[in-house]
Amino acid sequence: MTRNDLTTNFLLTGVGGQGTLLAADVVGLVGIQLNLDVKKSEVHGMAQRGGSVVSHVRWGERVDSPLIAAGEVDYLIAFEQLEALRYASLVRPGGIVLVNDYRIAPVSVSSGNDVYPDPAAEEQAYGDSLQRFLVPAIEIAQRMGQARVNNIVMLGALSHFLPAPVEVWLEVISGRVPERTIALNRDAFAAGRAYMQK
Amino acid sequence: MKRLLSGNEAVARGAWEANILVAAGYPGTPSTEILENFGPMPGIYAEWCPNEKVALDVAVGAAYAGVRSMAVMKHVGLNVASDTFFYAAITGVESGLVIVVADDPGMHSSQGEQDTRRYCKFARVPCLEPADSQEAKDMVAAALELSEQFETPVLLRMATRISHSYSSVELGPERTLEPRPEKPTYEVNTGRYVMVPANARRRHPIMEERLQQIADWANGWSGNRVEMGDTSLGIITAGAAYQYAREVFPNASFLKLGMVYPLPARQIAEFAAQVERLIVVEELDPVLEEEIKLQGIACEGKSIFPLVGELSVETVRESAIRAGLLPASARPQQVALQMPALPPRPPVLCPGCPHRGVFVTLRKLKVVVNGDIGCYTLGSLAPLTSLHTCGCMGASIGVAHGVNKAGIQQKNVAVIGDSTFFHSGIPALLNVAYNGSSTITIILDNRTTAMTGHQQHPGTGYTLQMQPAKQVELEPVVRALGIEHVYTVDPYDLERLEVVLREAMDRDEPSVVIARRECALLPSVRKQYTPLRIDANKCIACGSCRRVGCPAIHKSEEVYAKTGRPKSEIDPLLCTGCEICAQICPVNAILFRSQLDAQPEEKA
Repeated sequence: MTRNDLTTNFLLTGVGGQGTLLAADVVGLVGIQLNLDVKKSEVHGMAQRGGSVVSHVRWGERVDSPLIAAGEVDYLIAFEQLEALRYASLVRPGGIVLVNDYRIAPVSVSSGNDVYPDPAAEEQAYGDSLQRFLVPAIEIAQRMGQARVNNIVMLGALSHFLPAPVEVWLEVISGRVPERTIALNRDAFAAGRAYMQK
Repeated sequence: MKRLLSGNEAVARGAWEANILVAAGYPGTPSTEILENFGPMPGIYAEWCPNEKVALDVAVGAAYAGVRSMAVMKHVGLNVASDTFFYAAITGVESGLVIVVADDPGMHSSQGEQDTRRYCKFARVPCLEPADSQEAKDMVAAALELSEQFETPVLLRMATRISHSYSSVELGPERTLEPRPEKPTYEVNTGRYVMVPANARRRHPIMEERLQQIADWANGWSGNRVEMGDTSLGIITAGAAYQYAREVFPNASFLKLGMVYPLPARQIAEFAAQVERLIVVEELDPVLEEEIKLQGIACEGKSIFPLVGELSVETVRESAIRAGLLPASARPQQVALQMPALPPRPPVLCPGCPHRGVFVTLRKLKVVVNGDIGCYTLGSLAPLTSLHTCGCMGASIGVAHGVNKAGIQQKNVAVIGDSTFFHSGIPALLNVAYNGSSTITIILDNRTTAMTGHQQHPGTGYTLQMQPAKQVELEPVVRALGIEHVYTVDPYDLERLEVVLREAMDRDEPSVVIARRECALLPSVRKQYTPLRIDANKCIACGSCRRVGCPAIHKSEEVYAKTGRPKSEIDPLLCTGCEICAQICPVNAILFRSQLDAQPEEKA
């Protein structure tokens, strides 16, 4: 009721240092290029030190809150599997969850106090109420010679679901990454998009 | 031209457009990026100061000398600068002075969520509060005009959700002012600027009168605006809370305040008279609510909405449903997932963090560790759990000295970062030397202000603009404070570190151990990463390496046959090659860099 139906809400999650914030920057700037009202929110500082990182991006005619309310996430883009699970309940029924096929064990798991959810439990958690896609973004990025661009591979995958023209994405990405890595990042985007379109 | 700017970027842009000449601050989440953004801006002089009090004194001095100035800090920074804040309110200023203070509701990166608006009432300083980036930019100019019109410092209150949220901003015209080439004469005004009792007594009533005038002026200020809708519900709100309330109550009537202290009494009374039920939606303390009630106007606020923590659309909506302001059907439909238990992922010391070596050693030595504010506060978390107190910037050394004077069985040390030592550790260490305790102070010198994202400080040799600066060395400073036993060690060298700490622990006199190694995230260090590898044939699955708490080490799927326990594995995408785990491993199963070099074909 309270939500403008033209609003599109993206939640990007990952582990500090994975490039989650850069990816959120790109999504926000693409919205600006589409002449939409955009709000983006993230937390810096202590949370960035290997902790759980989450970024909210909202596109719409008019966007008020910089944070997306529970149940109103249209796209969850997770750069790590546990960080997908952690926020999955915020996605609207039928919403899309893109998960990087990559696990980073929290220190509580590697030191033996906690258990990382196994793939069967993960599968069961999503059930039929969400559309989940596992993207082998690290593997795709590694094939291109640089695992770090897995975040851009994920954006390529996301772009498959959105009406924004590919050129707009590429222009924004090119303006946002170091110049010598532009070609690599463009290729990473294309590979992610191609994976989703298969 | 519309730009997507964070609240912090917008404040910096606003300062630039509004001809601010001098800006000063100390890094602190969520305020840090404001001053960082001045770095490349032509015409603004900006500097990192050792602490917030110095920064505010610098900004006050510039305003006394006739230029527009700005001081920037996080909410707890204003505690450090509060002495200055109070005298500046009494003296007032010649030219515009804006003090930007960023609160942290929800304590994303802070030790408390104190509400800075309370300080404004305490010190009689007007307070503006933006609700998005556009307002953040525009309110800098508004604050400067207010400051000059009423000759008062003005506080611009930011919050995490405003500082670190991005929204579109219509840029204003570029600045017109160039740095003053003519060097004007400083105008002496002793009666105003020397706060001896006789002068202060004269200034106090002026300050009180000024506040009344500003409150009256606020009634007509465009930053306080009415958005009339359905009059059955009226909402008075400000800042981020306005955005959440707007989303939850799209049809209600709003009085959206831009000035949150002092309040526009007439405007509030008029708005209240037009609505049937009046509520106040504000984050943290009931500051607006109390002022409105003092005015004799009935309203509801904290009886509906939480006082503790950050607000959100959910908390505002749930509170409203409970209070009968909304039907339960206002909740969006949510999925019900069968979620397994999810291990938490709190922030941790990064792979390669030089602090890890110190905490691993302190854990082994079983000493009481008094901590301080910085990345190393994370040494308190499992599996290191070797930091036992932490209160505020600079507290570690004084607390350690106090514990020492109280007399306890264990040895007791202070750990403090290089930037934090310059911030407020120096007077405390001076006290240790002067009043003599056997306190061991470990300065974790990672050559930067790491937690807030690598800002320069007096020990780095560079200014905020990355120009070469006088590099203040720790050893001579520490010796000059009266400490005779000073050691410098590499925290990656666990053996040497332990020898030095044991030697210091045997002394009856104070000592300082400087653990020097650059932050592993500095670009120059990143270039040298060499991921290590575990020889699975040698690993006996004892788990010692996993207890150093490094995110790069995890359990392998391979099991050690004798015990049935999982072996360890290193993630080559995360490992930096610091070799702390390799020194801990009892069977030398983790290959050192030199061993990897000898077997390049097996390099991970």
